[in-house]
Amino acid sequence: MRFFGDGIPGVDAEQLVGKLIVIEGADGSGRSTQIEILRNHLENLGHATVNVGLRRSFLVADELQQAKQGNVLGEITRSLFYTTDFADQLENRLIPALKAGFIVLADRYIYTLMARDIVRGADREWLRSLYGIALIPDLVIYLKVSPAQLIERNLAKNSALDYWESGRDLGLSRDGFDSFIRYQKLIQREFAELQRQYGFTVVNGNLSVRSIAHEISMRVAEIL
Amino acid sequence: MIVASKERFPGRLIAVEGLDGSGKSTQLYLLKRWLEMKGLKVHATDWNSSLVVKKATSKGKKRQLLTPTTFSLIHCTDFADRYERQILPLLKAGFLVLCDRYIYTAFARDAVRGCPRPWLHKLYSFACHPDITLFFNTPLPVALGRILGGRPQLKFHEAGMDLGLSHDPYESFRIFQGRIFDEYQGMKEQFGFVEIDGSASIELQQGQVRELIASAMDLPRFRRRAQG
Repeated sequence: MRFFGDGIPGVDAEQLVGKLIVIEGADGSGRSTQIEILRNHLENLGHATVNVGLRRSFLVADELQQAKQGNVLGEITRSLFYTTDFADQLENRLIPALKAGFIVLADRYIYTLMARDIVRGADREWLRSLYGIALIPDLVIYLKVSPAQLIERNLAKNSALDYWESGRDLGLSRDGFDSFIRYQKLIQREFAELQRQYGFTVVNGNLSVRSIAHEISMRVAEIL
Repeated sequence: MIVASKERFPGRLIAVEGLDGSGKSTQLYLLKRWLEMKGLKVHATDWNSSLVVKKATSKGKKRQLLTPTTFSLIHCTDFADRYERQILPLLKAGFLVLCDRYIYTAFARDAVRGCPRPWLHKLYSFACHPDITLFFNTPLPVALGRILGGRPQLKFHEAGMDLGLSHDPYESFRIFQGRIFDEYQGMKEQFGFVEIDGSASIELQQGQVRELIASAMDLPRFRRRAQG
């Protein structure tokens, strides 16, 4: 494997013999469903898997959860807090698993973190350098779902729209529904830009669970 | 906005850098007293004081969970919190902001731990450089003597034990500080540090510091507005 930039001091990426598969997409895009299906599929084939995601590090996950409730962090601080969380998991979960030959299934990766920061005004070069510590995935699937469809799914599941997934901190609109649509459009536009730069696979997330799963397994077969 | 601001603020930023035991905190304290007694708007901040991130940092340190990268990132997060919440508003409000250690401390420590220097410089690029950075160039044996003379309980990371330099915390601290000292020497020119001879008497150093500050900035401009 290779790092985007200088990587992690003391880690030789060549020794990482596993595979890293990333599923990206908004809340309600079907990420967790697809990861579950993919995991079953891979384990059925005899591959060992490990799941990782954002805000799951031992180091700062609790603190991040707390900060998310109160909206007390500044933009740069929040951004770096997420990077710390990411780096902790990268070093303590991803890298050991990849060394041992596991297939790592990442429920979101640096692309979500970058897109969120960029729509909030972050400097692209700063982010690119910051995430030079990250490993280049073997496959990135982006589940693209129209904002209207996302609203339906989120409301069906939680009967409310999440503050952060609606980008309420950006002050796009005083109306929650309107803010959600505008924010998700901004994020999708940024994902289109990131796709151009990093070249990931876009899958139409409006399709049925089965046909998405089928498409993902085809792509996964190509890299195994 | 997560972009380094090139804007010039009405306030001024004064940073002191140097090894533990270099005498910089004493000098900064005396500078602060002088500025306060002149009736100026002054505020001092120190390294590692943000509450939000403190818990995570101490958890990571206690359980020795930190790698060079996460050590660097968590300290940068902590600094960003202080920068966004405290330093930046103070600069905008026209304060003289005194920082006991600034981004160069991170550059030195994290580079010694193996983080690439260009990555570190970019990481902290959201923060403005100080208007003046005083570097207390105290000879290594003097600084070490001041810290180790009392045989203090050295903390794991403070002694650089995570680098595996020595099993003896004191020996590890000596080697670690030596490397940090070399990093500082390497940064002097690049970042325009103003050197103060840290082996001179406290009074002599303070006289020099006050003179430097008075000539570098128009101090009366920072006078507190009269109240009542």
